[in-house]
Amino acid sequence: MADDKLKPEEILNVSYEPADRDWLTPTAVFRKGTYSYSAPLKHQKYLDLPNQREWNPADADWKLPENWKEIILEGMGRLLKRHRSFKLYLDICVRCGACADKCHYFLGSGDPKNMPVLRAELLRSVYRRYFTVAGKIFGRLAGARDLTEDVLKEWFYYFFQCSECRRCSIYCPYGIDTCEITMMARELLNLVGCNIQWVVEPASNCFRTGNHLGIPPHAFKQTFEFALDELKDLTGISIDAPINRKGAEILFVAPSADYFASPHWHTFLGYLMLFHEIGLDYTWSTYASEGGNFGLFHSSELAKRLNNKIYAEARRLGVKWILGGECGHMWRTIHQYMDTFNGPADFLEEPVSPITGTKFDNARSTKMVHITEFTADLIKHDKLKLDPARNDRWKVTFHDSCNPARAIGLFAEPRYILQNVCNHFFDMPENTIKEKTFCCGSGAGLGADENMEMRLRGGFPRAHAVKYVKEKHGVNMVSCLCAIDKASLPPLFEYWVPGVEVCGVHELVGNALVMKGETRTADLRGEPLAQAEEPTA
Amino acid sequence: MNRMWIALIAVLALIIIPWVGVGAAGLTLLFGVGIPYIACLIFFVGFIYRIVSWAQSPVPFHIPTICGQQKSLPWIKANNRESPHSYWGLFARMALEVLFFRSLLRNDRAELKQRQRLIYSSNRFLWAGGLLFHWSLIIVLFRHLRFFTEPVLPGIAFVQNLDALFHVGLPALYITDVAIIVGLSYLFLRRVIYPQMRLISLPSDYFVLLLIIAVVLSGVLMRHFFKIDAEKAKELALSIASFRPVIPTAIGLPFYIHLFLVSILAAYLPFSKLMHAPGVFFSPTRNLKNDSRARRHINPWSYPVKVHTYEEYEDEFREAMKEAGLPVEKE
Repeated sequence: MADDKLKPEEILNVSYEPADRDWLTPTAVFRKGTYSYSAPLKHQKYLDLPNQREWNPADADWKLPENWKEIILEGMGRLLKRHRSFKLYLDICVRCGACADKCHYFLGSGDPKNMPVLRAELLRSVYRRYFTVAGKIFGRLAGARDLTEDVLKEWFYYFFQCSECRRCSIYCPYGIDTCEITMMARELLNLVGCNIQWVVEPASNCFRTGNHLGIPPHAFKQTFEFALDELKDLTGISIDAPINRKGAEILFVAPSADYFASPHWHTFLGYLMLFHEIGLDYTWSTYASEGGNFGLFHSSELAKRLNNKIYAEARRLGVKWILGGECGHMWRTIHQYMDTFNGPADFLEEPVSPITGTKFDNARSTKMVHITEFTADLIKHDKLKLDPARNDRWKVTFHDSCNPARAIGLFAEPRYILQNVCNHFFDMPENTIKEKTFCCGSGAGLGADENMEMRLRGGFPRAHAVKYVKEKHGVNMVSCLCAIDKASLPPLFEYWVPGVEVCGVHELVGNALVMKGETRTADLRGEPLAQAEEPTA
Repeated sequence: MNRMWIALIAVLALIIIPWVGVGAAGLTLLFGVGIPYIACLIFFVGFIYRIVSWAQSPVPFHIPTICGQQKSLPWIKANNRESPHSYWGLFARMALEVLFFRSLLRNDRAELKQRQRLIYSSNRFLWAGGLLFHWSLIIVLFRHLRFFTEPVLPGIAFVQNLDALFHVGLPALYITDVAIIVGLSYLFLRRVIYPQMRLISLPSDYFVLLLIIAVVLSGVLMRHFFKIDAEKAKELALSIASFRPVIPTAIGLPFYIHLFLVSILAAYLPFSKLMHAPGVFFSPTRNLKNDSRARRHINPWSYPVKVHTYEEYEDEFREAMKEAGLPVEKE
């Protein structure tokens, strides 16, 4: 960890009352722990990105192309013509300040340029200078400033300190969405070859191998064999997990971390057990082995290039519809972008649960259903035999992941599942959950280890709410629906609120699921099952 | 703070212009007829231009920000106002936002206590101050229609009487005149007092507030203190509105100051953040239903992109796939 030395009370030596100074002067300082490394040349090349080169954000010389300024301004003009959101949100902000203390990075760092309003002003000031009459005439008086290298560096610093979580947007009286602003800023930075490793490398891996981790198909198959062996040991049941199987009814797509990382792995086991138990006619795919989409953190074009695989594979395998696993920005992409990017999915059928006959009317065009919608429906129809007591060692809370919350409004489905698979469930305070949920601090490509200080700062409001329910109810498990959460919350809690673990919703489903013919003594983490009281004869 | 002083000086300068122009130079035609007409022209042309320019940029993606439970399974209660699935829900969401500032009602304030405890407290002052100002403004503007209609329309007289309910003073003091001053004062003071607000406020933020305050004060002053000839003011208003302007006779200097400030405000509005008023209706995070997966949204500038096809993928990994027992398209 980059800042073993920084203690929580030192890190929180921040003030929400900024000094009165002129923010128009660029101030980004590339301090270790607060920024991400630049994208490696190899992956820039693989994706054919513009202005490829090796460079380092901490260097004075960014090796920008000679005409970088024209490139940016021309790009800005193009984006203004393409995105009403961009043009409108640059024009109508009244700087009322309602968003100021809503950003987790501001709450954790006190850096005024992390107030959403000021983050947007970093871009808005340049827009005014080159695209508005007032800015051209009055300059700084109108809040306009020249585009200089220092301004560009400031953009890079602060637009890679926004996790595109959209929390500020719900407080804005006009719905100004800083995520849109950040996306546009990143599109502009891309044009001059300035993006980060933890966005470009996963995107490049995904383009080539179908998943972020760069797992080739044979290794993918191998991890499945490990998982099935493990499940055999845990349950005594031989489970089948079809891969690339043509003619299956359903294609299942999960974030690739689920079958490689921890604690995602246990959720992966949960899926496999669930699908086996209900006898689902489905398949995994190696080509579309990633639902997550790091392209979304880069540009709409790259997001579309990566997302293309899901429908293409559904068509090739001849499935009827698609089911999606637990992931955050994957679901933002699927819910709000996929149909537009790569639809219409007229070769698929409107999703119907083969077990309950429920028609998923809300997914009738995109034809992709969220796993919690699917499982909640199974539970409601009493299709699963569940023993919630098997999760009794956990006092569980639910962290609404930003994207399923604010893009879909997926609040009741996961909570319904959790309340059926465990006996001790406690929500965090109202203003930190559902549409007001806080980001883990590592979203939108900011989850790299070199950025750890910023991640810990940004994750502080979430961790603080967890600490509240830990102290009040003894909560020791945070359940969530996002692969980035599952990767980033464990180190976050270890720092701020030790003793709390992280799991996916379907890990707890897997624990509680009473399978036909099972012999189980341990939960999915290999710990002895908390047994319900032995029936006395 | 410099930014505030710049704005204050600008507004004071704007007050001096008609003072000199009408009071000393007697340019009543210019200030009573010419400038208002020019300002109206700029207002209408600018307003339409801005709206057209927004409308010309498409909405490529379906990006509402959702604040309530989606409509999914039949037994889950969907929140049609915060996550609209029908046009009624969408209408309600927009109406609540535009008329009652729904999102500001959500506002809370975060404070860090003793470097470790993050405390949130409800903070509805901005919501209340904003509502007070905007609703008062609407009623004040509506009341002004009495200067532009003859005979005065009954609805206007009704609102006017209601507004002067307490009948304090002569002429009666309007409730909304007091309310708008209270609202504006709050909106101004918060920019001066709170450090976050001081930092983010631009000269133009102070300028519009001070300009509107000057408009209101000049109006109130000429009603209650420096009496003007209201009948003549109405004659001028009617003549301007019917495009048969008469050269106004002595109405009183305060009227010209009021009129000039209003003209400046109208001409400035299309180029300012005050365009948030029509802008909110265009906001794609608010004006779209949460039916992203139920209805396909079209991106008008969508273009083909370079993808990595399954064939290319299999070509790279075929041997390994075969070895691992994975099915392949080409043997």
